[in-house]
Amino acid sequence: MTANGTSVLATLAAAITSGSIRTVDLTHTLDPDFPVIILPPEFGQCARFRVEEVSRYDERGPAWYWRNFSCSEHTGTHFDAPVHWVSGKDLPNASVDSIPVEGFVRPVCVVDCSAESTADEDFLMTRDFLVAWEEEHGRIPEGCWVLMRTDWSKRSAAAYLNMREDGAHSPGPNADAIRFLVEERNIIGFGTETVGTDAGQATHLSPPYPAHYLLHGAGRYGLQCLANLDQLPPTGAVLICPPLKIKHGSGSPLRVLALVEETGA
Amino acid sequence: MTEAIKRPARKNPQKRTVLPTLPPTSRSRKALGFTAAAAEGRFVLQVCEDCGAVTYPPREACPKCLAMDLAWKDMPEGGLLIAETTIRTSTNVYFRERTPWRSGTVALDAGITVLAHIHGDVAEDGRVRMIARTDKSGQGVLMALPEQETANMADDRQLRELTCDPKHRRVLITDGRTPLGQAMARAVSEAGAAVVFVGIAETWRPYAGADRLAAIPNVEIMALDVTDTISVDELAGEIGGRVDILINTAEHVRAGGVMDRDGIVTARDEMEVNYFGLMRLIQAFGPGMRFRGADGVNSACAWVNLLSVYALSNWPAYGSTSASQAAAYSLSQCLRGEFHSSGVKVVNAFFGPLEEDWRQQLPPPKVTPEGLAKAVVGALRQGLEDLAVGAVAEDFLVRWKEDPRVLERELTQSEGV
Amino acid sequence: MAGRSASLRQAYDGVVAAVPITIPYERFSPEPAHWWIARALGSLVRGAKITPKDIDGFCVSSFTLFPDTAVGLTQHLGLTPRWLDHIPMGGASGVVGLRRAARAVQCGDADIVACVAGDANHVDSFRRMLSSFSRFAQDASYPYGSGGPNASFALMTDHYMKTYGAKREDLGKICVAQRENALSFPHALMKKPLTLEQYMSARPIADPIALFDCVMPCAGADAFLVMSEETAKDLGLPAVRILSTIERHNAFPDDPIQIRGGWEMDREELWSMAGVTPDDVDLLETYDDYPIISMMQFEDLGFCKKGEGAEFVRSHDLTNSGSFPHNTSGGQLSVGQAGASGGYLGMVEAMRQLTGSALGTQVEQAKIAVVSGFGMINYDRGLCSGAAVLAGAGT
Repeated sequence: MTANGTSVLATLAAAITSGSIRTVDLTHTLDPDFPVIILPPEFGQCARFRVEEVSRYDERGPAWYWRNFSCSEHTGTHFDAPVHWVSGKDLPNASVDSIPVEGFVRPVCVVDCSAESTADEDFLMTRDFLVAWEEEHGRIPEGCWVLMRTDWSKRSAAAYLNMREDGAHSPGPNADAIRFLVEERNIIGFGTETVGTDAGQATHLSPPYPAHYLLHGAGRYGLQCLANLDQLPPTGAVLICPPLKIKHGSGSPLRVLALVEETGA
Repeated sequence: MTEAIKRPARKNPQKRTVLPTLPPTSRSRKALGFTAAAAEGRFVLQVCEDCGAVTYPPREACPKCLAMDLAWKDMPEGGLLIAETTIRTSTNVYFRERTPWRSGTVALDAGITVLAHIHGDVAEDGRVRMIARTDKSGQGVLMALPEQETANMADDRQLRELTCDPKHRRVLITDGRTPLGQAMARAVSEAGAAVVFVGIAETWRPYAGADRLAAIPNVEIMALDVTDTISVDELAGEIGGRVDILINTAEHVRAGGVMDRDGIVTARDEMEVNYFGLMRLIQAFGPGMRFRGADGVNSACAWVNLLSVYALSNWPAYGSTSASQAAAYSLSQCLRGEFHSSGVKVVNAFFGPLEEDWRQQLPPPKVTPEGLAKAVVGALRQGLEDLAVGAVAEDFLVRWKEDPRVLERELTQSEGV
Repeated sequence: MAGRSASLRQAYDGVVAAVPITIPYERFSPEPAHWWIARALGSLVRGAKITPKDIDGFCVSSFTLFPDTAVGLTQHLGLTPRWLDHIPMGGASGVVGLRRAARAVQCGDADIVACVAGDANHVDSFRRMLSSFSRFAQDASYPYGSGGPNASFALMTDHYMKTYGAKREDLGKICVAQRENALSFPHALMKKPLTLEQYMSARPIADPIALFDCVMPCAGADAFLVMSEETAKDLGLPAVRILSTIERHNAFPDDPIQIRGGWEMDREELWSMAGVTPDDVDLLETYDDYPIISMMQFEDLGFCKKGEGAEFVRSHDLTNSGSFPHNTSGGQLSVGQAGASGGYLGMVEAMRQLTGSALGTQVEQAKIAVVSGFGMINYDRGLCSGAAVLAGAGT
């Protein structure tokens, strides 16, 4: 209830219905052709998204159309739970079914690294970069989601994964940036447009894969393969990202939405 | 004098497609022994184990001494044409469509006379070289070729009914990401294929040899992922009516057995490529090929499966992959049955360890991708259905035919073959 | 295995053949073989003025009786014979049927034997017969162009011509003469004269065989009775005596290709048992599905030496008024081939000629006739052969 007695939720609902609060889809379509992360061949790989038709208004089922699908918990636009990484393996409430649901609807800050990422495919977002961002947009609030906008989602096919002989080349945070966000700003989760929360060459950072290692080690969450971050304001939007409630799940593909207030200006 | 086959003109879209018809399909059970050998390109006849007489047609007892032990043995190829005719009319629809048809009586060096198809270049009363091959009904038949190779010999109209020459035909190679797929593309292109469609999965992921592959003459790179039903169906929708020969080079091979593996994920990947991948290809491309089994000079004619010998008998060191290959082999047998009415040959090339990454630790002799590709092109030219490529495979097949149960013990009770 | 002396084989004394029947052939007919055989049987009974109950021996040949054999026909046609045979020997069926029936009558196993051959010809009869003719044909002959007997005999003709220098004109002369004989035969399906020029320029069927080398498959039936000489006299039936017969199957299996038939193995016996020589023969009925085999029969029966068939043809007039009447009703080449009836065609014609009752041109002074049978290309050669020397009454 607000101070003058109107229900906040009712106001929100009315605003959504009228369109003064816009719902933005930050999700890639789940599609067999969408790239997935590639690990060294000796390791188990990320299963691709696949569909098999069960029936299509035919002799297999005359009045209906339905299919079976299969994929990894980390295929397409997806959520990483703390249990996904070795550093989070012993934390309580660390899988998608046990994470407190409050973390799935939160304010979101969008840090624009698109120019830098266009210029340098291996761009690393640093603590300094975040501090400079705060000078312009204000302090990153407690318990919010931080998304790293790189416009990488506009790339497709080979350019998206950008694999070369020495591995993938795509932007991400360095260890200090993540430590800052986790320890000094207490964010709930961090998300990217690329196939991982870490940079393509993050195996060479210290610790390797610092986003995964540090976020999940601290019981925080990750989002990957996001799109349309360029439609979000730097601050003020609300992120909605509930993963599937898979028993002991390490993550899941999901629909990621943002509520954006039209300023009218 | 055989005229060289010309590259066929574009198919007239207004004309109805000529449907496959078959030469006589029935054979006695004994005659199937002749067929099984002909599928391998072997010319065999029954020989009495008691008195040594060579006898034909296939029968139950020796006509010289009534002994019951007749064994199929490889025969010398030579013979002499002693009578011939050119058939102008037939009650069988297949031959009726294909007259004039030359057939004759050959006195074999092996000592008996046989009826055979006669190649156009065989001289009247001339010396001949016999081959045994499967015809469009999948049954073994004899053909007499000129003793010496003649110009354009492979283009003889009657001989082409027994073969699957890639020349002027359109070939689909299902996976060009690997050295094997690329070697196959090169070999088929060099054999004169009009188009070599090469399937590449996950174009968002680079692979070695991409530039060299694209530069091979007549190669067209197509998106194809045999693990994705939609991808397979889409490509078939696009080119299914133009695939005359399909060579399935997609494979997923990992070392390891079953008990000491953790989980089924790798095995599922093996099945997804080796078994379900093949199944998807069959469902998507099979019907079109079946329809076009008699569609002119570049008719649909062959489906090539590349199978590990361990499809026939499991090798525990590669036990999980072996099982998926066994599944693929069984499927290929089903495919042979389903293609029967169309005259499209299922060609199973069995090979031992391949010279490539996932069999890196295995000792020689190994088959190189180029060697396997060459053997496949040779098999297509000759019209073979079953072949063993390389020393390991040849040895394996001998043992498997002799007694598969003994081979099983050899593979599962020792360090391996 | 040396030839047996003729004296070891029992003569056919006291046995005769009578009542030659032909049911007029039809090119295509919806009637089954049972119908044709029934008509022939009926004609035999009426021709002999007996009743069906008097038939106590029954011998059948047919390619299209399936699923029945002679057994089914006994109940179908109301016979209760004490002697029954089914002879699947194609063109040799007439001679072999005569041999079997004659011995049965001689030793009293039957008194009156009806020998019948009859076949249907539906539009697909020929095709069906070829595709399931024999196991060896299925495995090793039919797959090589499915040319049927045309191809099989073409190969034989090709080889024979190359080996002995015979020409198409020589074979054509046989066909032309037979056509002339057929023009007076009321049941011949071919009714137009045939010139050698027409023969030579005819549509090729399976080189070197062309249209007029081939018979016309049709439906029809032929039949005769075998009984004792006494019974024939009692019934007042003109009859022919059997001077000798021979039969042989799978002769010369090691010949690379068929260049001679089984007659060559047993012809000495044929003539010595008959007590006549080839020069005594007034008319010859050969099995003529193709002229090449008639030429071989001239040689293998002993009318000329092996390889001299062409010269024999050139130096003889084969028409009914000529120096060597051959296939006097026109043979199958001009009358038509009604399946297994083709094996009876020569037999019933010889019987008519010898009893002075030819339906066409009567050969003058016909006293001795030879009927030759051949058939069943199981794989690459005809396996069955047989021959009979017949004499008219009072010879």
